[in-house]
Amino acid sequence: MEHVIIVALILGGTTLLSLPLGAWMKLAMDPSSGRMSRWTGLFARIGGTAEEQGWKGYLVTMLTFNAIMFTVVFLILALQHYLPLNPDGMGAHDPTLVFNTAASFTTNTNLQHYSGEASMSYLSQLAGLMWLQFVSAATGIAALAALARGIAGRPSLGNFMVDVQRASLLVLLPLAVVVAVLMVLGGMPMTLQGSAVATTLEGVTQTIARGPVAAFLTIKQLGTNGGGFFGPNATHPLENPTFWTNGLAMIAIMLIPMACVWMFGGILGRMKHAAVIFSVMTVFILVKITGSVVFESAPTPAFAELPVSTDAGNLEGKELRFGATGGPLWAVLTTSTSNGSVGAMHDSLNPLTGLMPMAGMWLNATFGGVGVGMINMFLYIVVAVFVAGMMVGRTPEYLGHRIEAKEVRLAILALFSHAFLILGGTALFAATSLGQSTVQDPGAHGFSEILYEFTSAAANNGSGFEGLGDGTAAWNIATGIVMLIGRFLPIILPLAIIGSLMAKRRAAESAGTLGVEDATFGTMLGLTVVVFGALTFLPAAALGPLAEHFSLP
Amino acid sequence: MNDIISGLRVAAATMAICVAGYTTVILTFAQVVTPATANGSLISRQDGSVIGSRLIAQAFTSPEYVWPRPSAVGYDAGGAGGSNLSSANPQLADRAEALIEAHGGVSRADPIPADLVTASGAGLDPHVSVEGAMFQAGRVAQARGVEPAAITAIIDRLAERPGGFLTDEQIVNVLELNLALDAELSVQAVAD
Repeated sequence: MEHVIIVALILGGTTLLSLPLGAWMKLAMDPSSGRMSRWTGLFARIGGTAEEQGWKGYLVTMLTFNAIMFTVVFLILALQHYLPLNPDGMGAHDPTLVFNTAASFTTNTNLQHYSGEASMSYLSQLAGLMWLQFVSAATGIAALAALARGIAGRPSLGNFMVDVQRASLLVLLPLAVVVAVLMVLGGMPMTLQGSAVATTLEGVTQTIARGPVAAFLTIKQLGTNGGGFFGPNATHPLENPTFWTNGLAMIAIMLIPMACVWMFGGILGRMKHAAVIFSVMTVFILVKITGSVVFESAPTPAFAELPVSTDAGNLEGKELRFGATGGPLWAVLTTSTSNGSVGAMHDSLNPLTGLMPMAGMWLNATFGGVGVGMINMFLYIVVAVFVAGMMVGRTPEYLGHRIEAKEVRLAILALFSHAFLILGGTALFAATSLGQSTVQDPGAHGFSEILYEFTSAAANNGSGFEGLGDGTAAWNIATGIVMLIGRFLPIILPLAIIGSLMAKRRAAESAGTLGVEDATFGTMLGLTVVVFGALTFLPAAALGPLAEHFSLP
Repeated sequence: MNDIISGLRVAAATMAICVAGYTTVILTFAQVVTPATANGSLISRQDGSVIGSRLIAQAFTSPEYVWPRPSAVGYDAGGAGGSNLSSANPQLADRAEALIEAHGGVSRADPIPADLVTASGAGLDPHVSVEGAMFQAGRVAQARGVEPAAITAIIDRLAERPGGFLTDEQIVNVLELNLALDAELSVQAVAD
């Protein structure tokens, strides 16, 4: 009962909050006229440009800005030991780690091959990583706004420099201020003082790392970034002090990904269509949550022969203050969106529970990352519309756009690139000492550790299964490249589809056009996601979590 | 070229507003409104030296104290982490057996609460379950020369539901509990 109430409160509450936020995001990102367009003038002055861009122009500007993001942060991280705001005297990083970390935060992934409290200066955390948490999330929102404008039949996609400022300053910043204030009131640290040194009751010296946690953590959650201030992320008591901050963080994880669907519907002027997409995503997330909570209530299998109480379920890697629902629920939310912060250690989840986060990242579209989750769902929509059109023998149309071979090829290429990055990378590392020598657990679980790391990188999620010595140059470079391809290909290809659609004449919608506002379409879309997303990964799941589950005593 | 100049201008603007401005606002708010928690919820002695943080577990091994959950990182609050062992890994069973022995052994009829033999995600969980604290009351009472009822009364008083009516399980903060034990039972301990 406790589980049902908490899940209903978090998911239901966030759904309700996402409606007004989605309406606000439509206003802020796509002001038609009136008061909001004042901001456009200001942003045009800051960026020095407001020209209307086609898909290629928009894309080039976006990639240029992301290259600047990467370069600036690469320099800050590489030079942190010469820079100020370093009270604990953090030293230099390995170059491959700097590459991996800069790629990771530029791509909104936040995969971390370092431990924040042990190696990052406050300047690296704030001006480097936290800055990217704002602007990488803003890049995703901007890309979705551009995509939606194209589908809506506008003559241009807008201007990226204006869009990225709208998303940073009108959407992310106000929300971050509100949530960070609540986090501070919830007991979270926010200080620029270095570590505290304590002498414990038994006379031992304990060094307690702290820092500007509240500001960092808030945008980490809101922007589906997920990179923790501390190594163990949101399981750390100073990064997540209470049951209530845990609940607020889960709402912050889901809020913007949900609102992005409404923003998409708002720009299209098709809110019913958005509601169908939202429902499909909600069904998937509910299935995963149910699985996760049920599988995790089973006791730790390692204790089967020992006199250990079994009432509390599997507590390895979990915090008591979040209650029994906190760990498994968070694991699903953080991987359904491409957040990647953790509220329990995923490596220590029961095998079938561990499958749920992986499934979330394989699909990567059940709300998904800020902006890009909805873009991924657009790819599934293209495929679903095409298949539906073939089934009834009509020219496939989506909102009056004829979906033809070229568009479907691009969509399939984007969807398969995700699978290729994950399965190809896993195969390479599982078959060679590159990966074999770095796993901590034997057998099928070790395979899962490698599979999870590539899944997380390709999905731009950033959570770690851990139990993996992933600080090697091979892991740093391989996952760094996977993150970059996994980020930009699924933005480039959908915008190319839009470019192709915009070049064609749009047909008037008629009684014969496939309806996109009813349960039939929702079912078709859901089935497409299952067939394309889930079945692609079934063999890998069988070698990892399923094999481990069935080998349990 | 224009894109690069324009990008640098936007980068500078967002850096100024989203990093410098935002951090300053939240920092000022935190240090003015909630300075105690903003600096890490530290607990100090009369002379000002720091005992620890109420949010961070510290090691307890003496019999007169309630012990926290095990830590995969030896309660290192400057390098936190979990065991990351798979839930079926035999190392978990080995660790649990050693801990059961340290806690004085148990029988199947009266098993040890699971939280006392599992490490938390950060290895710094400041709480144990009330069952986990009660489980240790006998040892603590014996070491302090008092009746177990004196210990259980303090545990009951400090027990909390982390999510209020939303959670069933009760937990207790180990450092606060041990500070209360020292404050209220030190006389008996000396007399013994």
